[in-house]
Amino acid sequence: MKSKRPSVTQNRTRPSTGATRGASVTRRPERPPEPDANRQQGAVQRKRGFTDKFDAYMAHHSTSAIDSLLRLLATPFQSLMTWLVIAIAVAIPAALYIGFANLQQLGENWEGSSQVSVFLRPETSDAKAEDMRTKLAARADIAKVVYVSPAQGLAEFKAQSGLGEVVDSLEKNPLPGTLLVTPRLQNGSDAAITSLEQSLLADPAVADVRLDMQWVKRLQQLMMLGKKMVFGLGGLLALGVLLVIGNTIRLSIENRRDEILVVKLVGGTDSYVARPFLYTGLWYGIGGGLLALIVLGIGFYWVSSTAEQLAALYQSNFRLQGLGFFGSMQLVLLAGLTGLLGAWIAVVRHLIQIQPR
Amino acid sequence: MIRFDNVSKRYDNGFEALSRINFLVEPGEMLFLTGHSGAGKSTLMKLIMQMEKPSNGQITVDGQDLNRMPSSQVPYYRRNIGVVFQNHQLLFDRSVFDNVALPLQIAGLPHHEIGRRVRAALDKVSLLEKERLNPIVLSGGEQQRVGIARAVVNKPTMLLADEPTGNLDPELSEEIMTLFRQFNEVGVTILIASHDVELLKRMNKRILGLVEGKLVHDGVLW
Repeated sequence: MKSKRPSVTQNRTRPSTGATRGASVTRRPERPPEPDANRQQGAVQRKRGFTDKFDAYMAHHSTSAIDSLLRLLATPFQSLMTWLVIAIAVAIPAALYIGFANLQQLGENWEGSSQVSVFLRPETSDAKAEDMRTKLAARADIAKVVYVSPAQGLAEFKAQSGLGEVVDSLEKNPLPGTLLVTPRLQNGSDAAITSLEQSLLADPAVADVRLDMQWVKRLQQLMMLGKKMVFGLGGLLALGVLLVIGNTIRLSIENRRDEILVVKLVGGTDSYVARPFLYTGLWYGIGGGLLALIVLGIGFYWVSSTAEQLAALYQSNFRLQGLGFFGSMQLVLLAGLTGLLGAWIAVVRHLIQIQPR
Repeated sequence: MIRFDNVSKRYDNGFEALSRINFLVEPGEMLFLTGHSGAGKSTLMKLIMQMEKPSNGQITVDGQDLNRMPSSQVPYYRRNIGVVFQNHQLLFDRSVFDNVALPLQIAGLPHHEIGRRVRAALDKVSLLEKERLNPIVLSGGEQQRVGIARAVVNKPTMLLADEPTGNLDPELSEEIMTLFRQFNEVGVTILIASHDVELLKRMNKRILGLVEGKLVHDGVLW
């Protein structure tokens, strides 16, 4: 039905057909389908070395890889959409992860300061406070005690808070004298800290005792919770990526159904047929991962200057930490593997079902 | 080469396409399979190609019992059989050369070997000068010849053709038949399904005649 008409004329008017056939008879000895040559070749084919087979296997891998990438680039808009979807799904948990990693870094900086602040009653004199300081410093469970007088405290506050003018306008120093006690702790056990706290509170000159440790611990617990949520969210979004890639691969399998049938009919194994699709999935994942890195880079640049300004206000030399080179590579690799897995699921579910009938 | 022992095929919908078929094809034989459409020609071909499994009976091809062949072996088994389809099953997203090269790429032949063999096969069907074209621009007869080149490029021991001249005029079918005869002369076993009675008479080869899934004739003409 396609084009019988031109074929007839073409073949009838072509004088070469007969001539070629005549020539083919004279050249027959070197023709491939010669019976002897056939058998010989067959034997040669079977004897083909492992290296040859391996080369061909590798060659198919590289052609599949290149072909599938070119196919993706041949439909740039469509591919970009898929890549963006993956990039967003990857970037969200990665950004949260970076955020928590930075918070944790902040927390770790403070963790060393397992300080106990002992606030003295306002009427306590400097001499009395100094006396307490030496007594406390002599205790076995205390490593170091520093006395900060109300005047010193005010000066420090003025310098660090940026509220100097407000402080100046105060008629009277509102700050109490403070003893900064660094406990000598082997493992920082809660019981030891609590007993220290109790004994410090027993002194009538002490107004209040604050454990700096506690809020560091609370922060840590909060961050553990946050991290779990990031992993949960990451898992959900990875599932989303799997589904997106799986579905995209399913469509491209359907599009190439005819080709798959022919390949299977002429002896293509399932893994041969599957290979290009697995590479397509890998490319989707890697492309999405790279795009996610770009998105993260832009976001990082956007946030980091603000974060540094904020840190400067807190007299901190804190710097926002990004993913770094290895972290970035891991992200891309992880995205690539997710893509591969998504493609594999689609291939197992759909490709194997396509059988010549 | 091909042996059918009491082979029946009943499809899931209860239709019995083949019932109790027995025949033996010797290596190097060329024979025809004929019958009206629905008589079971295609089913018989599909059984040999392992596209379908028989409901009953045993099929042996080249000494291998097809019932006992694990499905992982089927691709390798198919590489020894060339198939020509009525609708040629060419891929229109690649050139004539790449279409013919497909079985060799699948078999994992080295690059230079593929080029050599594809050109030899295309030369055989007189289409060497069209290797760069997309098969969609070729005529029906030329497309069929590309299909034949693809079927023989891997030097199969057996060639199956399902209505290879189905929609070609007598002159073109004669050309295709000459090609098949040439392959047969060099030792390839050839089984051709055709309902073209005139063609069968001209060829004067052994004929298997199917009527409603039963083998009613086996021999030269009737």
